[in-house]
Order: sequence, then C-alpha cells, then structure tokens
Amino acid sequence: MQTAYDPAISSYYVNDGLYRKLVEDFTDWQREELVVTAPELRDHFRLLIEREARLLDELRFDDWLAMYAPECIYWVPGTPGGGDPRREIAISFDDRRRLEDRIFRLRTGYAWSQAPKSRTVRLVSNVEVFATREGAARMVRSNFLISEFRVDGTRFLSGWCAHRFVHSAERWQIQVRQVNLIDCDRNLRNPSIVL
Amino acid sequence: MPPMRIGGEYGSRPVERRMLEKLNASSIDSVERYDWDELVQEDRVHRLIYTDPAIFNLEMTNIFGAVWVYLGHESQIPANDDYITVRLGLRPIILLRDSHGKIRALFNRCAHRGTTLCRKDKGSARIFTCPYHGWSYLNTGKLRAVPWPDGYACDFKDAKYNVAQVPHVDSYRGFIFATLNPDAPSLLDYLGPITKPIDEWLDRQPKGRIRVCEANRLKYKGNWKLAYDNSGDGYHVVFSHRSLLEMENRQADVANKGMSYYKNSPDTAPMYIAYMGNGHHFKDKRPNIERRAGGLWAVEGPAPGSEHYAEALRRRFGAKAEDILDLASSEPVNINVFPNFSLLGNHIQVFEPISVDETDVTWYGTAVVDEDGTLDGAVGDINALRMRTQEQFPNFGEVDDLANFEEIQRGLACREDEWIYMHRGLGIPGRVKTHANGIITAPATDEVFMREYIKEWKRLMKATPKLAAQREP
Ligand code: FES
Ligand SMILES: [Fe+2]
Repeated sequence: MQTAYDPAISSYYVNDGLYRKLVEDFTDWQREELVVTAPELRDHFRLLIEREARLLDELRFDDWLAMYAPECIYWVPGTPGGGDPRREIAISFDDRRRLEDRIFRLRTGYAWSQAPKSRTVRLVSNVEVFATREGAARMVRSNFLISEFRVDGTRFLSGWCAHRFVHSAERWQIQVRQVNLIDCDRNLRNPSIVL
Repeated sequence: MPPMRIGGEYGSRPVERRMLEKLNASSIDSVERYDWDELVQEDRVHRLIYTDPAIFNLEMTNIFGAVWVYLGHESQIPANDDYITVRLGLRPIILLRDSHGKIRALFNRCAHRGTTLCRKDKGSARIFTCPYHGWSYLNTGKLRAVPWPDGYACDFKDAKYNVAQVPHVDSYRGFIFATLNPDAPSLLDYLGPITKPIDEWLDRQPKGRIRVCEANRLKYKGNWKLAYDNSGDGYHVVFSHRSLLEMENRQADVANKGMSYYKNSPDTAPMYIAYMGNGHHFKDKRPNIERRAGGLWAVEGPAPGSEHYAEALRRRFGAKAEDILDLASSEPVNINVFPNFSLLGNHIQVFEPISVDETDVTWYGTAVVDEDGTLDGAVGDINALRMRTQEQFPNFGEVDDLANFEEIQRGLACREDEWIYMHRGLGIPGRVKTHANGIITAPATDEVFMREYIKEWKRLMKATPKLAAQREP
C-alpha cells in the first residue's frame, strides 16, 4: 500500500479493504500443506519472535516498533478465533498511530496502571512458519507465556500469536500481529502492558 | 393458579436464617448489630462498607436481589430459545427468551441437587439437560423428564421440581432488569426520571436501536461500590486520566479532544451532575460540546481509520456525513442506574460484584442497527469506526481508574483511619440545587450524587426485604 500520508499521523490504511483482507488472511491459514520446513527460514522467524519478546520485556518500544511495517496492526481479539473487528469490539485493535499513542501514554509517567511498571519475562515457543498465497508474506504461529510481576505478585498470561510478516526494504517486517489470549473472552485484571 | 413462592416470612433463605438465629451465629449477628447511621453519615462513610465481608454478604440480598438489577440486552437474545448466562449478584442465571418468546431469568441450578444446568456463555436451547443425573427442563423452567422415574415415589408434576426463576423480569427499551423482591416498584417507577437521558441516548441512534457487540472485559481487586462512586465523579478526570488526556491531544493543534473540557475550571462549565432518585445519577457533559452536526466528531480522539472513513463519508454524503460521523463518536454522558448499569459514550457498562474486594467491570460495545436503510449503506463503515472509538477508553482510561480503585482498597487496610469523605460541595450556599421534580443538580465535580446514592444504599441495607424465587406452576 503506497500513500502520501504518514500513518503515524493520520489513519487512511484502516479501511474496508484492510479489514476484508485481514479477516481473510487470518482464517484457515494453519494448513499442513503450507508448513515451511526449511530450517534456515524457520530459524530466521524464530529469532525475530524471540527478539520481539526481549524488546518488549526490556520496554525498548522504539526498537520494537521498528520491527513493524509502517502500516501495521496490533490486534488482541476478545473472542476466541478472532471474530470480525468491523462488527465487534476487540480487547485492542491498534494501527500505527494508536500503537504510538499506547507507548506515548506509558511514557507520560501518569499511566497509573503502569506506575510502577510491570516486570515481565516472556517465553515463546512452538514456532511454526506457514506459506501464503502471496509469495512475499509468511504467517508464523508461536505460543507464549508472559510472567508479569506488579505490586502484589506475579501472574501469568498465556496464549498464542499469529504474526503476518511481509518482505519489504530487504527485511521481514511485521505487518499484523494477532495476540490470542486463552482467556480473551473473560474479565482480565489490568491489561495495560503491551502483550 | 398463581405462581408458587418459595420461602415464607424469612424471605428466600428461611432455613439458613432460622438456623443462624438459633445458633446466634456471628455472620448474621454482626451485620444486625451495625448502626447504619454511624457507618453512613452526611459527609463521610466508614471504611467497613468497602471492606467487611458480612456487609458484602448482606448487599447480595438487600441490593443485588431486592432492587432491579441489570442482566442483559435484548439484542443478546434476539430469537426464541436464545440464551446467555449472567449473574444476579452471586446467583448464576440463564437469561433467555423461551420457546413462546417470553424473557425469563432462570436460576442456573438444577432442582435435583443444585448443579448448574448450563455452562456456556450463550447459545440456543429449547431444553436444558442437567449433566449430572440427566433431569431435563423446558426453557420455561418446567421439568420435562427424569431418567428412570420408576425409582421415585413422588409426583413430578409438583411445581417444586421445576427450575426456580426470578419472578420479576422486565425490560426498558431493550435493557433487561430483574428483581427477587415482590415489594419492588415497577421497573418504570424504579427508573423514574433517569428514563429521559436513557431515551435521549437511544434516540440519537437510527430508529432508537442498538446491538450489543462483544465487550472490553475488565476486573479489579476492590469493592464494587468504588466503581459506582466513580461513575458520576467529575473530580477525578484530569488527575486519574491525565495520561489519556495528554495522549489524545499529543497531535492536536488545539488541545480539545476527549475530556479536555475538564481542565481549567470544570465547575463553571455548563456540564453538571444530577441525582435522579433511587440511587441513579446522570452526568451531562453535552452542554460543553458545540451543538451542531459533527460537533461530537470534532472532539473525538483519533482512532484507527478516522481519516479514511471521515473523508469517504464526506465524499459520499456531503453535509449529511457529519450526523453520520457523530454516531461513531462518544456521547458525552454518564447515565448510572443503581446498582450495576451505566450508559457512557456508546458503551453499556455493567458492574458485577464477585466478593467484597473483587469486581468485574464489563464495557459492552454497541453497534448501530439500520434495518430499513436510513443510513443509506453507511452502517458498515460507521460501525467499523465505532468499534475502534469504543476501544479507546477501556484501553487507555479505565485501566488507570481500576488501578486507583485497587489502591483505595489497599489503603483501606489502615483500620485506625476509618473515614472516607464525600463532602465536595456540601454546605456551600447555592451550589447544590433541588428542583421541583426532586432532581438535585450541582457542578460537575460535586460529590452530591455519592452522598445521595449512599443514603439510598443505607435505606436498603436497613430494610428486611422478603426475597423469593418462583417456579412455573
Ligand atoms: S443434580 Fe441435576 S440431575 Fe441431579
Ligand atoms: Fe474515570
């Protein structure tokens, strides 16, 4: 998608076309015949996902955002399986500008839900890479377990991620990350960290 | 034949209560020894009302049971046989539309030995079969069959084998409420003048209708009243939500997005808080917003797709687009119906107590419904945008309030510091106005709504309601 606008300032790319493609891309993509077995490629994506986890644990949000395509989506569905974000509320559905909002807010010093900040460690595993109909995109599934310590104890958030990577500017960039919490349709206490 | 009532002079728990009285047990005793007038005073309340499990226990009868409690919206059970599972206080409930179209709130409890009958969040069923021993019930609550009935000497036509249900279930324009109190006023009388802002909230939608579309589901470790105290609180906004206000104005040329009108001197602004009786209150921020087509959209914070949809709708509809865009914008009101229901922005917010120090707060999203094409095909666009504007506050605002509620609960562990103050505006001549219809208004940061609703709470806690479930005859 080529636009004359800075997606960090105005949001034009979140439109019918994007939603339609999003729902299509995130439906029925984990198919056996599409699994990529080449070790170098699997390893490459595994490293990217581990790096992302480390950057988030260390709150290095600028480096983290740099892993994303300029026109990206961070999507935490509130219904198992994702649902249709045009017709239903998600836990979070951020475009680039809202992701930058999210980070800006955490840095104001007045985000009481993150003052003091949570300390987290993320385990990511079971990385599987899937080809797509478009040559320049890969879907990656991984499982995660986030241990989050804050004020009165440690809790665990778990689930699985679907990353859609696109190849652009000679690297793989994250275009969409869908974070599927196993308890996404239950009431959650203080969901204020970036997952 | 009139429906059969369970329980007699002791209300819904006659056996439990008689036993406890005989034993002089502490759980019933301590509450009855409380001097409610000492706990709830004109300008302050005692910490115990937020921390004492015995008071919480009594609230689950005297409040969540004795008054009309919100259970769900009709769009969640649109067809006959549809159901959702909810709670009335701590009681698990199947809220359903039975096979004849009647809305009922069945206790989710098998008449045999108490197992919950339904474990799903939602679905469609004519019959509920108990997973434990296979008793099955029609969705009217009537017992349908028991396995191997030869082993019983009893008459299963006896009403006592039907599922118990909440006797009074009624809706107001799609919002379903229920009470176990035979002496409760009608729902319409209970709501009283708060129906006017509810009507206005609905009537800005095409045909006055909405559809519930999933939710932002949150939880905090704190007493449920901390959320109700907050629901009309105009005092906390610029402090508790400072990060949100800074965030949504970070790119604005003029910092007027969202709730910016709280800055400077909110008490002289035209917005106001109104106490509406029966514990209900209403914060009306609409007078702060320019009353014109597109006035709400102009102060809506940025959302994914804002620019695309605004331009596409303006290209297509010209000046008419402004009204359509207002439908994707937050309505600046907080309409709070005691004890557990709020309309704010475009959300239906529901408070559900779990224990004295744990509460679920669920922000149901609402979508516009346009069956007859008033919106000329724009309904899909406007809902796509409306989903994203609704996600903003729970993500970036509510989480900070909930963190502050938890910190209140922690602070209240200081037993020797007993009082919580709610006296802002009290004793200042001319500040609080009582109108002919009994409605009390005050400047937006005033705590008068807290003082008034907690008085109503006190009245209810002193009462001895005779709650009763009912069964089909
Ligand atoms: S508990 Fe339901 S059939 Fe026995
Ligand atoms: Fe708030």
